[in-house]
Amino acid sequence: MSSKTVQTLDRVVIRFAGDSGDGMQLTGDRFTSDTAALGNDLSTLPNFPAEIRAPQGTLPGVSSFQLHFADHDVLTPGDAPDVLVAMNPAALKANLGDLPRGATIIVNTDEFTKRNLAKVGYADNPVDDGTLDSFHVHAVALTSITVEALAEFPTLTRKEKERAKNMFALGLLSWMYTRPTTGTEAFLKSKFGARPEILAANLAALTAGWNYGETTEDFASSFIVPAATMPVGTYRNITGNTALSLGLVAAAHRAGIPLVLGSYPITPASDILHALASLKRHGVTTMQAEDEIAGIGIALGASFGGAIGVTTTSGPGVALKSEAIGLAVSLELPLIIVDVQRGGPSTGLPTKTEQADLLQAMFGRNGESPVPIVAPKTPADCFTAAMDAVRIATTYRTPVFLLSDGYLANGSEPWSVPEVDSLPDLTVEFASEPNGVDPKGEPTFHPFLRDEETLARPWAVPGTAGLEHRIGGIEKADVTGNISYDPDNHDLMTRLRQAKIDGITVPDLVIDDPSGHARVLVLGWGSTFGPIAAATRVVRNAGHPVAQAHLTHLNPFPANLGEVLTSYDRVIVPEMNLGQLSMLLRAKYLVDIRSHTSVRGLPFSTVELADVISTTLEELS
Amino acid sequence: MSTPTTTDLGMPVSGLRSVPHLPDDAGKQTKRDFTSDQEVRWCPGCGDYVILAAVQSFLPELGLKRENIVFVSGIGCSSRFPYYLDTYGMHSIHGRAPAIATGLATSREDLSVWVVTGDGDALSIGGNHLIHALRRNVNMTILLFNNQIYGLTKGQYSPTSKVGQVTKSSPVGSVDSPFNPVSLALGAEATFVARAMESDRAELTGILKAAAEHRGTALVEIYQNCPIFNDGAFEVLKDRTQQEARIVRLRAGEAVTVGAEGERKVLVRQGSGVMKFIAEAEAASGEKGAVVVHDPALDDPSQAFQLSRLDSPEMTHVPMGIFRQVDRPTYDDLVRAQVDAAVSTAGGPATDADLTDLLRGRDTWTVG
Repeated sequence: MSSKTVQTLDRVVIRFAGDSGDGMQLTGDRFTSDTAALGNDLSTLPNFPAEIRAPQGTLPGVSSFQLHFADHDVLTPGDAPDVLVAMNPAALKANLGDLPRGATIIVNTDEFTKRNLAKVGYADNPVDDGTLDSFHVHAVALTSITVEALAEFPTLTRKEKERAKNMFALGLLSWMYTRPTTGTEAFLKSKFGARPEILAANLAALTAGWNYGETTEDFASSFIVPAATMPVGTYRNITGNTALSLGLVAAAHRAGIPLVLGSYPITPASDILHALASLKRHGVTTMQAEDEIAGIGIALGASFGGAIGVTTTSGPGVALKSEAIGLAVSLELPLIIVDVQRGGPSTGLPTKTEQADLLQAMFGRNGESPVPIVAPKTPADCFTAAMDAVRIATTYRTPVFLLSDGYLANGSEPWSVPEVDSLPDLTVEFASEPNGVDPKGEPTFHPFLRDEETLARPWAVPGTAGLEHRIGGIEKADVTGNISYDPDNHDLMTRLRQAKIDGITVPDLVIDDPSGHARVLVLGWGSTFGPIAAATRVVRNAGHPVAQAHLTHLNPFPANLGEVLTSYDRVIVPEMNLGQLSMLLRAKYLVDIRSHTSVRGLPFSTVELADVISTTLEELS
Repeated sequence: MSTPTTTDLGMPVSGLRSVPHLPDDAGKQTKRDFTSDQEVRWCPGCGDYVILAAVQSFLPELGLKRENIVFVSGIGCSSRFPYYLDTYGMHSIHGRAPAIATGLATSREDLSVWVVTGDGDALSIGGNHLIHALRRNVNMTILLFNNQIYGLTKGQYSPTSKVGQVTKSSPVGSVDSPFNPVSLALGAEATFVARAMESDRAELTGILKAAAEHRGTALVEIYQNCPIFNDGAFEVLKDRTQQEARIVRLRAGEAVTVGAEGERKVLVRQGSGVMKFIAEAEAASGEKGAVVVHDPALDDPSQAFQLSRLDSPEMTHVPMGIFRQVDRPTYDDLVRAQVDAAVSTAGGPATDADLTDLLRGRDTWTVG
């Protein structure tokens, strides 16, 4: 055994950074899984370019994965890394600005060649020219040590051996932070089972990395981050896209109807299509359509037939689907539109996060065309939000927007897996018999005779005898659903459709204010929950009261929202757009809002939001 | 990962295999059963009336439960069709009916799904969905009413209008080269492609029946007259003195001919592969080429495509009938087979316990 010391830490933020081809996302994923298994609370932030392989060694090609883990509850992926693993000069240069003084940097010196340094504009090698003097640097010849460790694999090419360097890095970090590697070993066995040579090489590189940490004098100590105290339960680590997929499947299961997905691939939503395509065993049907419009058309056709139709996309796809969403509003059929928001406008920043599609979801259609909006607040919350979107869609026979975003989609956190029988009962009742009489006194079916309480129209699916009816995008007469151009009828139908959405039951806004007398409220929606909660924690720890509330339903708003807004001296709304929720709140409630916005493609930092809150508090004092 | 497998769906089956039929002792359905209570609102003299009457009269012949028939349409004059049929129906948005019908037909095997569309709806704004429905071979029947004009928007040229056609949006003549819908469908590898005239009710009914019973996407182009904006577009084919010389009636197993007795011409394939009509007497020797015998069941669509090219804007020779009718696995059958196989391999529909396993995934840990 080595004589190295072991220190205990309460939290660590690690960022793995390298070239797009270096396997940094995989390395981060594996480190996350092993960390989750140890019982730490955690939050992750993958950050990668839109190009699959940008030119090697360049700044645009840098891909990174940040992980924040702790012995207490974690709200964000962390503002600044304590440890940076930089696999090449580009990765160092792109990330150095985010590091606080004293941070640890592990660099792969093999890649710090003259040519690679020149590619990113380093005249001298930053590892030994003093640039990194204020950091704790471990210069490791990661590539050559990996190749050397794999000397006993004569059939592998040098390139193949080099490719295992991410496993060496993972092994080293696993030693540093006392993570077990058994999960990764099992993962590698299932991934490379058919290629024993590659499997053995990866396992050897992993072990070599661990042993390097333990034996080299460069690493004086390793660290322990004890497990967090978490509520009793069975946990797994889950990304937003996975949680959302499972939420849809669970909702269909609890509704007792099939789930049908019509989708066209688009970043960052495609993983939902992938996940659902592999769940045929759960009765899930997925169709990859010829375009975004066909994707929603397929979903709507399936909904007409009695399934829960779902279409998944991002902002540009929503633009194409707008007309069909309007049709679904007019037909009053259930439909789920998942918008995993990314930076816009147009193609924008495909792999970066933003929440600038709120007004598009709210108003992006012709005519008066209200659509309910549900927005998850954390990766795991995507499960609950998806189930609630299905509840609203099937209860009120309406399309529903599920507004996730790139950060939620790819970020992950531990999730306490619910018991199936504790999930909401979403049983659907289809119309089965005539609900009216025609002028001759014969029983007939009125497709637009509404439920008095919900204002929902009956869902009568083809195959039900006696309920044959026609629906369409042309204005329909109240009750009978026949084509009607009557001015008063259109006015009535427009108001009925609006009243139906306005009357949807959504939970009241919950205020978090431990002091009970805060004068400032921070209100957010969507993925800003983590940074806002972390920032309010910082401010409260400094002795200042501040209240926090988070909207998961943006249309309709919770019934108590107006009252909440008027009971504070100041309301701060941070958003990753230019103030879209603020605009809605000002218009609806005539309340002044302090809008704080940022569209950098990245989540807010805790420090940034804590500053905004503190400044506002100072103004009031 | 499991190895992808293709599913063997066995012998060709009827397009209506899984659609509930009326019991034998049920009374016979009539046209009236399929007529809704809505007032028909096409212009007087519109060809759509004739097609509607033909469809309403023909549907009882299928012997299906009325509630298991669905008509989906897009936008345009023809797309009002579903309102007038007492079946389930959806009047959707411009060009998207094939996509909506794909979702419905794939998720509901027990329905007979029909799409009603026009030349603008199907070939212009909805061109993409049409070709993809045809290539996928979804079990549905598409009726494409072709009047070579935009009617509902009041008279602009369409993707099937002739070059030089003067319309409101082409005051000095259209410069757009028209689509031949049959050629387009064959190019998309459609498994059933036919053409009929609204005015030839017997022929139309026969084709509708074959189309309904075809498993896969059936495309039926129906020449239909717009009396307001493009009146007489097909007059040369309706004119009794001319039609015999112009209409090429495709009959499986028979030589492809045109013209009345005594003036008949026979289609031959010349050495270069080019097809040409020559006098019947000349064809007998075989010296001027091999007589083309129509075979819609040919797997290779080349001959059907060549037949579709006999057509020209002048309508000198216009083939009518079934160009192609072949069996190919349908998209919806394959999609359902994959789901069914996954469910049955797992021992039946997912239970609460199965869902629990799914939610937990492979890497869980327990606290407390």
